[in-house]
Amino acid sequence: MIYFIEQCLNGVQLGMMLFLLAAGLTLIFGIMDLVNLAHGSLYMVGAYFAATFVGWTDNFLLGVALALVATLIVGMAVEVVAMRRLYGRDHLDHVLGTFGLILFFNELVRLLWGPAGMTLPLPAWLNVAVPLLPGLFYPLYRLVIIAATIAVALFLYVLVMRTRLGMLIRAGASNREMVGALGINIKLLYTLVFGLGAALAGLAGLMQAPILTVQIGMGENILIVAFVVIVIGGIGSIRGAFVASLFVGMVDTIGRAFFPDLLRLILTREAAATAAPALSSMLIYLLMTAVLVLRPEGLFPVSNR
Amino acid sequence: MEQARSLRLMLAAAGGALALGGFLALPPGTAMAQQKAIKIGFISTFSGPTAVIGNDMRNSFELALDHLGRKMAGLPVEVIYEDDQQKPEVGKQKTDKLIESDKVDFIVGYIWSNVLLASLKSAVDAKTFLITSNAGPSQLAGELCSPYVFSTSWQNDQTPQAMGLYMNQKGVKTVFLIGPNYAAGRDMLAGVASTFKGQVIGQELTKWPDQLDFSAELSKARAAKPDAIFVFYPGAAGVQFLTQYTQAGLKGQIPLYTAFTIDETTLPRQKDLALGVPGAQQWVNDLPNEQNKRFVADYIKKHTGSRPSFYGAQSYDAGHLINSAVVAVKGDTAKKEDMRKAMVNADFKSVRGNFKYGNNHMPIQNFYLQDVVKDQDGNFVLKTVATIVENDQDRFHDKCPMN
Repeated sequence: MIYFIEQCLNGVQLGMMLFLLAAGLTLIFGIMDLVNLAHGSLYMVGAYFAATFVGWTDNFLLGVALALVATLIVGMAVEVVAMRRLYGRDHLDHVLGTFGLILFFNELVRLLWGPAGMTLPLPAWLNVAVPLLPGLFYPLYRLVIIAATIAVALFLYVLVMRTRLGMLIRAGASNREMVGALGINIKLLYTLVFGLGAALAGLAGLMQAPILTVQIGMGENILIVAFVVIVIGGIGSIRGAFVASLFVGMVDTIGRAFFPDLLRLILTREAAATAAPALSSMLIYLLMTAVLVLRPEGLFPVSNR
Repeated sequence: MEQARSLRLMLAAAGGALALGGFLALPPGTAMAQQKAIKIGFISTFSGPTAVIGNDMRNSFELALDHLGRKMAGLPVEVIYEDDQQKPEVGKQKTDKLIESDKVDFIVGYIWSNVLLASLKSAVDAKTFLITSNAGPSQLAGELCSPYVFSTSWQNDQTPQAMGLYMNQKGVKTVFLIGPNYAAGRDMLAGVASTFKGQVIGQELTKWPDQLDFSAELSKARAAKPDAIFVFYPGAAGVQFLTQYTQAGLKGQIPLYTAFTIDETTLPRQKDLALGVPGAQQWVNDLPNEQNKRFVADYIKKHTGSRPSFYGAQSYDAGHLINSAVVAVKGDTAKKEDMRKAMVNADFKSVRGNFKYGNNHMPIQNFYLQDVVKDQDGNFVLKTVATIVENDQDRFHDKCPMN
């Protein structure tokens, strides 16, 4: 039982990570109608900034805060310099343009930080496992990730649903021209939204950095999973992204934890050991296929798009 | 208008030429062949998170050439480096290119067993000598052994086998095995299980190379309550595993035993996480033979701030093995059978100390226990603690039809 709870916590933590990445992706896709493959690069940039600033300031929280601001600025700069030219174009152009940005960022990082990668060591007070139940130890840092992401989710909800800025963002998503005609600076609004998405990706990257280390291309694999999440959740829906992230995180982790044992019942030990990792990593894609068949718009479709 | 267009055309042409120039630019150490040169193709990973390993191999191979005066049997040496991107299909493509269009005399390198297995047939069919300076898949030592393939490393199972013996010495009764799901990962786990006398109470293979979060596997290992965990994660994945193992609070609870998880390319990032975690290896930077002292000292002198790893040491040896073959035929690389006979003798000074080749062209060699210590400057370095096994031969040589 304790083992099951521990695996569930692992699933929730992975889900939370995915949510941070998917939230930014779905905001940008849903509101600005922009396919942003370079989202994973911003995740990487956030992680590199955090490793660098924590090294300079020798203070984990200060370094992380600086990294978040820096990623926000990088995101807004990317929007002004590159993304603006892509609005109103075909999605294929978005893919091509943002794929170019991935290559650009990978090479830039290689030039600035070298090919070896970096680590972001946790401060001693975070680098412990805490007893949650008798016999159940869980890394404190992973609990912090869960808590921080829930706080971010609440913040996003309030921002989008309860503030004037959120109202403008939603209005801009439904009718860009009309909002512009009413005297709102839609360009600035888009820059802000893109910056916010970048900061969310950066936050995901820097929170993941102490677990996964910091390296070139670290955002590319996880970006694919984040796309799976927004397809399942419904493109443009933050609530959908939240539910789908949890779903995908749980399916992936529980699959990895229990699937090999199930497979051992029907296959030989050798065959099961080899096939299980391959099959369990397919589970989330099977889930996505099922959702696409049953609800092509995703679990929480956004109306009037 | 017309002028503007032609200007644009010209710019485009110039840009294109620049781009082409960039692609065609040859890596350092590649001189245009004069009348006759020894041509060597070197395949390793030079991009992505494991490029550190490829760079170490290249640096060491270049150092071997420096020490040989950049000549073999009086002929200049030309090396063509190719990046396999850690992908089997790319590795095979690059191998084909080196054989068919560059017509190299030797192919060296290969970090990854799955890349080597994909590339092997091309080299063997073309009767081009292939020297693996890292990967040692079990198939290569057994049924796929070839007169044209030599190893300056080991067969995958050997190092974890040594670790299994060491765990017996330490009185470990139960172990949980974790490794990546590819050719080498499967060999490593089978290797440790073959010599470990206690019980293997769990085994997890993870998706390679993209799974980097091992939380589910670590939870599983904890729940199984083993005496020890054995792990194989080469390159950056080793840093991630050790970090997560420590964060999960397992470091004080269940001791860790490793193969190819802690080395000079990962230690700068593992730092104190690696303290007290034993590993096994056929070469350690402090082995007290003259050839090794020279290699390590000159490497550190040439590449300030970094130390050679076992990947480098094996590549350095590969340079000398090739030289022994070329010298034996006085530079006439058409005499393949004579070169093969020369290499079988392993007649060069290896940095691991001298070794013999088995019938399958795999080294018969010692394996040492290595530990991480802090040197006087505060750097983390690897140190030989003991010899675990002497003159160890891989357990697949019976399946190799060569004798």
